[in-house]
Amino acid sequence: MAFAPFHARRSQSRSTVPKVLMRGNHVVAEAAVRAGCRFYFGYPITPQNEIPEYMSERLSKIEGGVFIQAESEIASIHMVIGASMAGGRVMTSSSGPGISLKQEGISFLSGLELPAVIVNMSRGGPGLGNIAPAQSDYFQATRGGGHGDYRTIVLAPNSGQELADLTFEAFDLADKYRTPVVILGDGMLGQMMEPVEFRPEIPIKKLPHKDWALTGAKGRPSRFIRSLILDPGEEEEHNWKLMRKYEKIAREELRWEAFAADDAKMLVVAFGTAARIAKGAVKRVREQGLKVGLIRPISLWPFPFKALRDFSKKVKHFIVFEMNMGQMVEDVRLALEGGGEVHFYGRPGGIVPTPLEVSRVITSQYYQKRLG
Amino acid sequence: MFIKTIFSGFGGQGVIMMGYLLATAGMYEQKNVTCLPSYGAEVRGGTANCTVVISTEEIASPVASEPDFAVLMNNPALLFYQNQVQSGGTLFLNSSMIDSRPVRGDIEIYEIPVNDLVKPLGEERVGNMVMLGAFIKKSALVSLDTMHRVLKDTFTNRNPAMVKLNRQALLVGYDFLGP
Amino acid sequence: MKKVFTRPKSLKSAPFHYCPGCGHSLLHRIIGEVIDEMGLQERIIGVPPAGCAVLAYNYFDIDMGEASHGRAAALATGLKRALPDRIVFTYQGDGDIAAIGTAETIHAAARGENITTIFVNNGVYGMTGGQMAPTSILGQNTTTSPGGRKEKRDGFPINLSEMLAIAKGSAYVERTAVNSPSNILKTKRAIAKAFQVQIKGAGFSLVEVLSPCPTNWKMSPVEACKWIDEVMTASFPLGVLKDFTGDKKDVH
Repeated sequence: MAFAPFHARRSQSRSTVPKVLMRGNHVVAEAAVRAGCRFYFGYPITPQNEIPEYMSERLSKIEGGVFIQAESEIASIHMVIGASMAGGRVMTSSSGPGISLKQEGISFLSGLELPAVIVNMSRGGPGLGNIAPAQSDYFQATRGGGHGDYRTIVLAPNSGQELADLTFEAFDLADKYRTPVVILGDGMLGQMMEPVEFRPEIPIKKLPHKDWALTGAKGRPSRFIRSLILDPGEEEEHNWKLMRKYEKIAREELRWEAFAADDAKMLVVAFGTAARIAKGAVKRVREQGLKVGLIRPISLWPFPFKALRDFSKKVKHFIVFEMNMGQMVEDVRLALEGGGEVHFYGRPGGIVPTPLEVSRVITSQYYQKRLG
Repeated sequence: MFIKTIFSGFGGQGVIMMGYLLATAGMYEQKNVTCLPSYGAEVRGGTANCTVVISTEEIASPVASEPDFAVLMNNPALLFYQNQVQSGGTLFLNSSMIDSRPVRGDIEIYEIPVNDLVKPLGEERVGNMVMLGAFIKKSALVSLDTMHRVLKDTFTNRNPAMVKLNRQALLVGYDFLGP
Repeated sequence: MKKVFTRPKSLKSAPFHYCPGCGHSLLHRIIGEVIDEMGLQERIIGVPPAGCAVLAYNYFDIDMGEASHGRAAALATGLKRALPDRIVFTYQGDGDIAAIGTAETIHAAARGENITTIFVNNGVYGMTGGQMAPTSILGQNTTTSPGGRKEKRDGFPINLSEMLAIAKGSAYVERTAVNSPSNILKTKRAIAKAFQVQIKGAGFSLVEVLSPCPTNWKMSPVEACKWIDEVMTASFPLGVLKDFTGDKKDVH
């Protein structure tokens, strides 16, 4: 770190400017605290170290705030489980290799039906890979590396402002559905500074009451929270219950946006950092008169299957652009159900292509398909 | 308007602070801004750089492949970035620490002897402010008034004494390149 | 008629599923009695493990939250830090705490987490069918150490409690057994003391309990109790390993 974290509350405080310029990792941390997160457990890994650094200072200054740098990613996710059982709003963060280690706990959070927010500022992989921005954890986030029949909500912000807003939403969704929520960013979103306007802090007393939390059986029957269900009939019922919950989420919590899509003959599909680059590329080719639009899934799970399927009634040509080797292509193909042609362009390993590069790919595809 | 600037130098020369302050000033002037500092082992290895984009449009990528401006504080920075600046772009180089000069004929070059200019202020740490003063004068990306406001807002709560010193250093650089 | 013996209030009226002669049911009862006597039922939260005691929440009438295999100390850390005025204890077997959960346990002790751990050492993986545990002693026959544990092949047993006693953050560590009436009483006093240590906020407390597993040891319950005295305690001697509470006299 070249300089200490700029805290939203401390820096630029005299300014009349409502926004603050903050590093993405600090934005997530500040937004989490404002959303009522009082418990953070983590382990150092680049490019997300500014989250635990910020949390260690911020939470130490709040009554009831708890920060622990755990001995491992595995320990940290299980500390998350403990604090979540106690009814708190709790977060952990990491990057690819660390998220792999957390998968055990993410499966347990799902089975135990506990809310938690897990941030992945992803990097190049597999293995140690590198620390450059990449989107190589799409499968890991949307399919999960843990065992069992479960889903996690995955939100993919594309800017500092969205890091703040989606962090707020992640805590609400986690509590609403009693399920872990993953915020999937990347090294660039974590490191980049952008102007951000925060929502006001939610007072802890205004947070939803949790009538399932473990607080000691005072004045009520004792409770237990478990994921072990030895009776297959009961376990099946538990799985159906989870399934009904996931179906409700898939119906009600879809998030996506379209840009210049109304008259488009070709649609680019991209998420997160890739989506903002793609938007720049789409603007360029629009200036040249090409009818190209952009679909940006914001919730990667649930994935906007129906939205894409609806577009495929008018548009037959899709370009999926990702900073990986085409992991989202599978979801796009599933969405189109054969109703469109999918071309993929990707740069893995931490390469961040320019809007110009992507615009040339779009242009070349556009003319090859004889759309213009 | 879509202007990309790269700041580069040794860790400790205040390179990322320059980027932060410029981006904040851009934000104060209602522009879209991004500021992308280098991170990880690269920074610990001694090289720091920071890319700032200031734009009236939405910024697609904070990465600058062909910057309009490069602010270079040491020799390795010059070697690395002199060929990346776009044709017609501008280099600001710390002539106290950079011996060689770019051979390109299609860019403008300003030489600022930062380490010499900062000596009378008695605090070498504010060399980056001298360079930043010279940079905002010639780039005209943000106004001097805005930068004064940014310095006040940024440092008042952290170290009030630094507001005055930083402003002094900023003016030294601002005045150095003449009207 | 005067009632002289009854089920502790903090145990549910459910029959234990444990094997005949198993130490778990004894230990559950002891813990229940201590919770009752200390009046903790409304402010205690237990963390059962993966292992034979995984169903502990069917027996304890207190709030309980299940941990995955080995992670009880981390989970209890999260619980206790979130609710510092509650009493939090983990209940873990030897494989859970001394193999897969070694890191979590040692670091909870090193941080001085103000939690209590009941460590049930029966020298085998009971629930999975009697495989070698980190605490199986040299020569002990298990389903994965045929012919007895050999140091060259299987390594030495681990004395986790001694290691935890070295940790700067641990306040109280004692090893007891539940193989005789006097040892059962000592175990009860040790558990009460461990909870006291936590109430005082003195740091990490742990009671290791040598516990018979006649089924997997392939012994009768009586033989199993004798084996603890005659063989097991040679590798795992009973007694207080650490007491930083400032008490001058030993609890016993």
